[in-house]
Amino acid sequence: MNALLAVPFVVPLLGAAITLLLRRTPRSQRIAGAVTLSVVVADAAVLLWRTHDGTILTSQAGDWPAPLGITLVADPMASLLVLVSSAVLLVVLLYAIGQDIGGLSRATPQVFHPIYLVLTAGVSLSFIAGDLFNLFVGFEIMLTASYALITQAPTRARVRASMIYTVVSLTSSILFLTGIALVYALTGTVNMADIAEKLGAAPPELRMVLALLFFVVFGIKAAVVPMHFWLPDSYPVALTRISAIFAALLTKVAVYAIIRTQTLLFLRDDISTVLMVVAIATMVVGILGALAQSDINRIMSFALVSHIGFMIFGLALGTAAGLAGVVVYLVHHIVVQATLFLVNGLIRQYVGHTSLAAIRGLTAVSPALALFFFLPALSLAGLPPMSGFIAKVALFQAAVAVGGPLAWTGLAAGVLTSLLTLIAIFRIWTRAFWGTPRQDMLEARARLRSGSNRGGLRIMTAMTGVMVAVGVAVAVASGPLTAVGFTAAEDLLDGRAYVTAVLGEGAR
Amino acid sequence: MSTPSFLLVVTVAVLYSSGFYLLLQRSLMRVVFGILILGHAANLSLLLTDVAITLPPLLGGREGEMSDPLPHAMALTAIVITFGVTTFLLALAYRVWLGDENDEVPDDLEDRRISSLTEPEDSS
Repeated sequence: MNALLAVPFVVPLLGAAITLLLRRTPRSQRIAGAVTLSVVVADAAVLLWRTHDGTILTSQAGDWPAPLGITLVADPMASLLVLVSSAVLLVVLLYAIGQDIGGLSRATPQVFHPIYLVLTAGVSLSFIAGDLFNLFVGFEIMLTASYALITQAPTRARVRASMIYTVVSLTSSILFLTGIALVYALTGTVNMADIAEKLGAAPPELRMVLALLFFVVFGIKAAVVPMHFWLPDSYPVALTRISAIFAALLTKVAVYAIIRTQTLLFLRDDISTVLMVVAIATMVVGILGALAQSDINRIMSFALVSHIGFMIFGLALGTAAGLAGVVVYLVHHIVVQATLFLVNGLIRQYVGHTSLAAIRGLTAVSPALALFFFLPALSLAGLPPMSGFIAKVALFQAAVAVGGPLAWTGLAAGVLTSLLTLIAIFRIWTRAFWGTPRQDMLEARARLRSGSNRGGLRIMTAMTGVMVAVGVAVAVASGPLTAVGFTAAEDLLDGRAYVTAVLGEGAR
Repeated sequence: MSTPSFLLVVTVAVLYSSGFYLLLQRSLMRVVFGILILGHAANLSLLLTDVAITLPPLLGGREGEMSDPLPHAMALTAIVITFGVTTFLLALAYRVWLGDENDEVPDDLEDRRISSLTEPEDSS
C-alpha cells in the first residue's frame, strides 16, 4: 500500500483524535492542528510532483486486488486539488487561530479544531477515492463535519440555517446512495475503473438516467441552478472561518465529483446538452441574484453560485482545452473565494456586520483591507492580469474552438456574467470602501488596535494577506498550472489510463 | 440478472414517494420523518440489487446458495450514517422549537424584501 495516498485522510483523522485529547490546553491544540495540516500540504506537494507528468498513482488497501479492495487513486487533477485545498485549509486555520488568540470569535475552539480536521479528511478522501462507495463515505465525513461546524456559536438564525443546510445535503446523500444501488445492480461493482469498463456496454437510456441522477446528486451540493436555493441562505450565516472553507471547498469537491463521474463513468454525449444549459442558467441566474442583494456576504454567496456555472460550462464543452480551463478555474476560484470571505470576516471585526447599508469608508479605516478586497475581487470578475482572467480566457478559447450555437451562447453568458460580477463588485466598492467612515467604525478600530485584541487581529490580517499573495501567485504560475491542467484534462478524457492504472494491464 | 421481488419494488416506490412528500412539508418534524423514510428507501434499494438477498451472506450452505455480502455492508454503513445524522437533526429541530416555540420553516425574509422592491434602492 502506497502510504503517500493514505496520508491526506489518515493523518487528519489522527490529528482530530489528538486535538480532541488536547482540548484542555489551547496552545498545544493549535500547534497540533497546524502541524497536521502542514504534513498534509507537504504530502500533497509530493503527490503532485509525482503525478504532474500524467502518472496515475494507485493504492489498494490491504493489498486486495482491484476491483475487490478499497482503491485510492491520485491522478494529476486529484493531487492538484488535494494540494490547493489543504493549503487553503491551513491558512484559514491559522486565521482562525489568530482570531482565537485575540479573543475575537465566539466559536468554541475545543470543538472547532477536531471537527475541522475531520472535514479535511473528508475533503481529501473525496478527491482520491477510487470507488463510488468510498466517494460517498468521503462526502459523508465532510458533510457530517460541516453540519457540526455550521452550528458553531449557535444563534437562532444559525440553527435555522443549519437545519436547511443539513436537510438539503442529506437529501442529496440519499439520492447518491440510490445511485450507487442502481449502478451496483447494473454492473455488480462499485470500483469506478471497473464501472467505466462495464457501463459502456449498458443500454444508453439507462446510462443517461444514471448520468442525470449523479448530476443531480452532485449538482445539489455544488449549488447549480435550479438546485442552488439553499446556499445563499446557509453560508453567510455561519462564522467567517467556516463560511470561507465552505465557499472555497465544499462546492468544489462536488464540482470535482461531477467532473470525475461524467468523464470517467459516463460517455461525453450522454448529457452534455443538459450540462451546457444548466451551466448557462447557473452563470446568469447566480449573478442576477448577487446584484439584488445588499449584504456583502450574500452578494459573495450568489457570485459563488454564478461562478460554479463556469466550471460546468468547461466540462460541457468536453474537450481537453475545456477541461484544462476548468482545472485552472477550480484552483483560481478556491483561492479567491476563500480570500474574499476572509476579508468579509475582517470587515465584520471592524463593523460588526456586512450589510452594505451601514458601512462607509473602509478604505480610510484600513487601507490594507481595501487592497485585500480589491485584488481578489478583480480576479473574480476576470480582469487582466489576475488569475480569473487567465482561467476565463482558457475557457473562452476552448468554447471558440468547439463552436456551435450552444458553445457561443455559453461564451456570451460567460462574458455577460463577468461584466455583471464587475458591477456587483463596484457596488460593494463604492458603498463600503469610499466615503468618510462612520464614527463607530473608527472607535471599533481604536478598540481593536489597542489591548489584547491587537496580536490576534494582526495574525488575521497577515493570513488574509497570505491568501491574496497565493491568489497573485496563481496568476504568476499560470504557465505551469495550465500545463498541469492539460495533463489532467487528457487523463480525464482518456479514461483508459485511469482504468489501466487501477485494474492493471490486462484490462480492456 | 433476474428480476427482484415485485413486492419489494413496490415497497421501495411507496417509501420514496412518501419520504419526498414529507420532505416538502413546512413542519421540521415532518421533514425529519421524511429523511428517515427516505433513508429506509435507499437501504432497501441497496438490498434490491441481489435477488438472493433473503439468504445469509455466508459460505457453507448448499452450493451457490448465498447472497452477495457487499449490499449488506453498504446498507449497514448507510444505516449508521442516517442514524447519526437523524439524531443530529432531531437535536436541531428541538433547538429551533426552543427558540421560536414553533418548528416551521420560515419564509426567506431577504427574498421577500427584494421581491417587494418596486424601484431600485439607490433612488431613495
